[in-house]
Amino acid sequence: MPGSVSGLIVLFPLAGWLINGLAGGRLPARAAAMIGSASVGLAFVVSVVSILDPRVWQDGITTRLFTWIDAGEFTVEASLLMDPLSALMALLVSGVSFLIHVYSAGYMAGDPAQSRYFAYLNLFVASMLLLVLAGNLVVMFVGWELVGLCSYLLIGFWFERERAANAGRKAFVVNRIGDAGFLLGILLLAVTVNSLDFVNLSASAESIAVPVATAATLLLFVGATGKSAQLPLYVWLPDAMEGPTPVSALIHAATMVTAGVYMIARLQALFFRAEVTLSVIAAVGALTAFFAATVALVEHDLKRVLAYSTISQLGYMFLAMGVAAAPVGMFHLTTHAFFKALLFLAAGSVMHAMHDVIDMRRLGGLARPMRWTALGFLIGAAALAGFPLTSGFFSKDLILERAFAHAEGGLTLLLWIAGVLTAFVTALYITRAAILTFAPPPSHQDHPHEAPPTMTWPMAALAALALGGGILGAQAAGAPLLHALDAFFHVEESGAAKSVPALALTIVSATAALLGILAGFGLYRGRRDVSLGALGNLFRRQWFVEDLYEVVIVEPSKRLAHFLAGTVDLQIIDGTVNGVAAGFKRSSAALRRVQTGYVRNYAAVVLAGTVLLLGYWLTR
Amino acid sequence: MLTVLIFLPVLGAVIVALIDRSRDPLLRWIGLGASLSSFVASLLTFALFVPGESRMQFVERAAWVPSLGISYQLGIDGISLPLVMLTTVMMPLALLSSWSSVTERVKEFTISLLLLEAGLLGTFLSVDLVLFYVFWEAVLIPMYFVIGLWGGPRRTYAAIKFILYTMAGSALMLVAIIALYLQGGAQLGIRTFDLLRLREVAVPMPLEAWLFGAFALAFAIKVPVWPLHTWLPDAHVEAPTAGSVILAAVLLKMGTYGFLRFLLPLFPQATVQFAPVLSVLAIVGIIYGGIVSWAQRDVKRLVAMSSVSHLGFVTLGAFALTVEGLQGSLLQMVNHGISTGGLFLLVGILYDRTHSRLLDDYGGVAALMPRFAAVALIIVLSSMALPGTNGFIGELLILVGTFRRVPAYAAAAIGGVVLSAIYLLWMYQRVMQGPVRVKAPAAMVEVTRRELVTLVPLIILIFTIGLYPNFLLSRSEASVRALLRHVSVRTAVQSPMPPQKFAARIPPGPRHPTHQSRR
Repeated sequence: MPGSVSGLIVLFPLAGWLINGLAGGRLPARAAAMIGSASVGLAFVVSVVSILDPRVWQDGITTRLFTWIDAGEFTVEASLLMDPLSALMALLVSGVSFLIHVYSAGYMAGDPAQSRYFAYLNLFVASMLLLVLAGNLVVMFVGWELVGLCSYLLIGFWFERERAANAGRKAFVVNRIGDAGFLLGILLLAVTVNSLDFVNLSASAESIAVPVATAATLLLFVGATGKSAQLPLYVWLPDAMEGPTPVSALIHAATMVTAGVYMIARLQALFFRAEVTLSVIAAVGALTAFFAATVALVEHDLKRVLAYSTISQLGYMFLAMGVAAAPVGMFHLTTHAFFKALLFLAAGSVMHAMHDVIDMRRLGGLARPMRWTALGFLIGAAALAGFPLTSGFFSKDLILERAFAHAEGGLTLLLWIAGVLTAFVTALYITRAAILTFAPPPSHQDHPHEAPPTMTWPMAALAALALGGGILGAQAAGAPLLHALDAFFHVEESGAAKSVPALALTIVSATAALLGILAGFGLYRGRRDVSLGALGNLFRRQWFVEDLYEVVIVEPSKRLAHFLAGTVDLQIIDGTVNGVAAGFKRSSAALRRVQTGYVRNYAAVVLAGTVLLLGYWLTR
Repeated sequence: MLTVLIFLPVLGAVIVALIDRSRDPLLRWIGLGASLSSFVASLLTFALFVPGESRMQFVERAAWVPSLGISYQLGIDGISLPLVMLTTVMMPLALLSSWSSVTERVKEFTISLLLLEAGLLGTFLSVDLVLFYVFWEAVLIPMYFVIGLWGGPRRTYAAIKFILYTMAGSALMLVAIIALYLQGGAQLGIRTFDLLRLREVAVPMPLEAWLFGAFALAFAIKVPVWPLHTWLPDAHVEAPTAGSVILAAVLLKMGTYGFLRFLLPLFPQATVQFAPVLSVLAIVGIIYGGIVSWAQRDVKRLVAMSSVSHLGFVTLGAFALTVEGLQGSLLQMVNHGISTGGLFLLVGILYDRTHSRLLDDYGGVAALMPRFAAVALIIVLSSMALPGTNGFIGELLILVGTFRRVPAYAAAAIGGVVLSAIYLLWMYQRVMQGPVRVKAPAAMVEVTRRELVTLVPLIILIFTIGLYPNFLLSRSEASVRALLRHVSVRTAVQSPMPPQKFAARIPPGPRHPTHQSRR
């Protein structure tokens, strides 16, 4: 019985999708929101119930639903795995999703396509839960691509807007590039290890050759850079802000984009076989964290600030994965889900009040009319900045501590330095965003109003989690989450890495955060536009990454496509074909009268020739 | 049973021929009824088919020209079963789709399509090479008329190009069939065109390569394998909707079916020898077709070029010579029929409303036809091989099978996965999304009940195969395994390659048996 329980977690949102998708148009708008929220709420309840089973905490429960694919040596079971890691993700995904569904009911009220919205959102939750509960890599890949599909659909939800449609397509295509790597990694494992089952892969990781493990993990990591928006495939996430804001909160902050981190945690044993891959992950993570934070510093669009912030925070998580601190990375994934979802919901509340204005140059002074939203944003910002005792403080501090502990001097210390610098820039940019949006002077004419309770209550819940979520990993509180994860990952105390001056490191990272906040106040208090000189330009152009892609990849491939379709296909290949035909025509000038143009005549000739040949062979 | 399957459409055609041409709705209903009765017969065959059996089932045999060893011999195995089902499923849908778009010479049109169905079924069911060749060529004639009479402005050019190009290929095949027959006569002591007997003939090598080449050329043109594909966009663009649907969904599969049915069993040595050539051509087709699709402005040309890419996958899987590769190839033949047949149905529905195939004339259709947009999305996603749809299973199996043989091939082919997302989503956006740009929005009425009836079966198949492909895979596995065994025995090399090629590099250690690799 408990087996089917994990199936139910996926099944409820799936049912919600079916109902809203098939009958939604005929239901009243409120019903779509109710069905959507209730189905996700049920998934959360089942998730809570399912972790009460002690077997989850021992070996995990594997549920085999049916044999999905079976050809030759290649067999894939449709199987689900419920263990501490997937339980944490299932709780997080269904819980945060539920809050955001409720919020959406308020935010999307009045949109004529609400049933479509909730259908997509439910499909997303089902796909995401499938991803985290998957028992093997192929099932995970199903969820992995389906969340990408939902992301595409929801980014382009207002598809009449060309920008939204473009952004959705860009997200899908960039993710597909990553997915191609992921798929190749799956193929490599399928053929060499002969098993894609997570339990088997973990158990047999020791016997996998290091080159194979390295190649496979690098390929899988390519998939992670796509889904989790890391360098070099991050480019789709800022554009993804074209979607409705609750979508940004749910998919592009709290859940989907963390799939890459989760995948690495899931295959921890395999990644541990590949030292090279771990170094690459740590480097990419640290670089992305710093890079994206600097861009967030100069963005004018509040949602894009948060998008770059997400990219940056995901970089921290990958840094943690790269320095072999998976429990800490998962802890940061959890706290980030709380505070970043909160920040997005607050931003959504601002858009709701300001008639979709999100450019911070046109905002300001919103703290007074929107007290609760401002308070929510402030709490989220404090957690993001790593203000002492907020949830983000604990998780980020632990990542930096582990990065320091991992360093063996020299270049590897750069990871830690990048992390501390990023902490400073993070505090700076979120302080700037908070000041520009909420501090006076007001730059609005109309009278913004506070959001309705359906929107403020979810924010309040997330605010509580963003503030207090630190106790999940705080030593003083017993660090229950970290302990559970430590046991699961078979690592020693994540909380207190030995041989590091933990207190000194904490002081360093807290100082960086506080300095960032102070610098933010110093720079932006009362000023709206602060030029950062040449550096500011570099940041504004995203270090020229997108320009580079445009020149090196996008434009040349468009030209190639037109060259192939025009010159090569029509002129060279088809020209040759028609040329051969024309050649026959010319050379048969003597037989011109045969060339009647009637196919029946040609057919007769072919037939006659056949008969002749046949006769020749038979009588020979 | 199989004879009934083939001759039900012929019977329908005869009845239609006898009815006065003015009785329009009746003609259409009889056409539909005949193709549906053939579908029912195929369902019965499917139900009675014994899954674990690798040999031909429902064999029917009658002497035809005994003096030459030509016989009327039909049979069905795991390799032909999926294609027979594909044919009988797609034909009623194609007929139904033409109800509003074909208004002239309905009688001849219905007869053409029914005879086409009979020809296709005969091609897939023949076990005698002469009988096969007769059906193979017989398919051309009704298709020629469908394109040439009910087609677009350049229909004559397209129809002649189609028929000459494919006949050029099959003429050589006929020569090769006769040569093989003579070889067989010498070796077996009896003169026969029976495929099951002829595959025991060991043709000496230079000759085998030549015969392989002649067969392969005929099949490759039909598929079409790059660079023999240029007849396809022209034929598709000019053909009426029903013609395009059948052409893409079933006709092209004659070529890939030929690979599995004739090339592999008759010329195993040459197959192994030339598999790299065909695999590389297939990969070029996958990438080239994908890139060229992206640059198309005509929706039908776009879908036609995407077929070149998709059938590259089918070809790649066939010449991987592994169970996964062949199974994937076979499944992908069906999948491509469903998704690309569906895409042509969608284009037809749009064309009926706008009389334009140019992307520039579309935009914002989803706002006007939301239900149509939802159905179209599912078919587009199936064509993109999104997990959960049928296309994913096929492509995954092909890639696994290819990776087992030559990892580099799979790595190169995987580019097609990215390209399909690029050109299909581009197409979807240009047609469906953005502000409304169609010239006459009022004409964009929501998809009708009849149109839905043509699409819903495809949607059901997309998800059924996507979620439970084993109902097809389990029926073809035995035949596929037997075929590969035949190839490996005849070539006497270690083939298919054991999955341990990479494992050999793994340092000795306990190899964990897993439920994934053991059944």
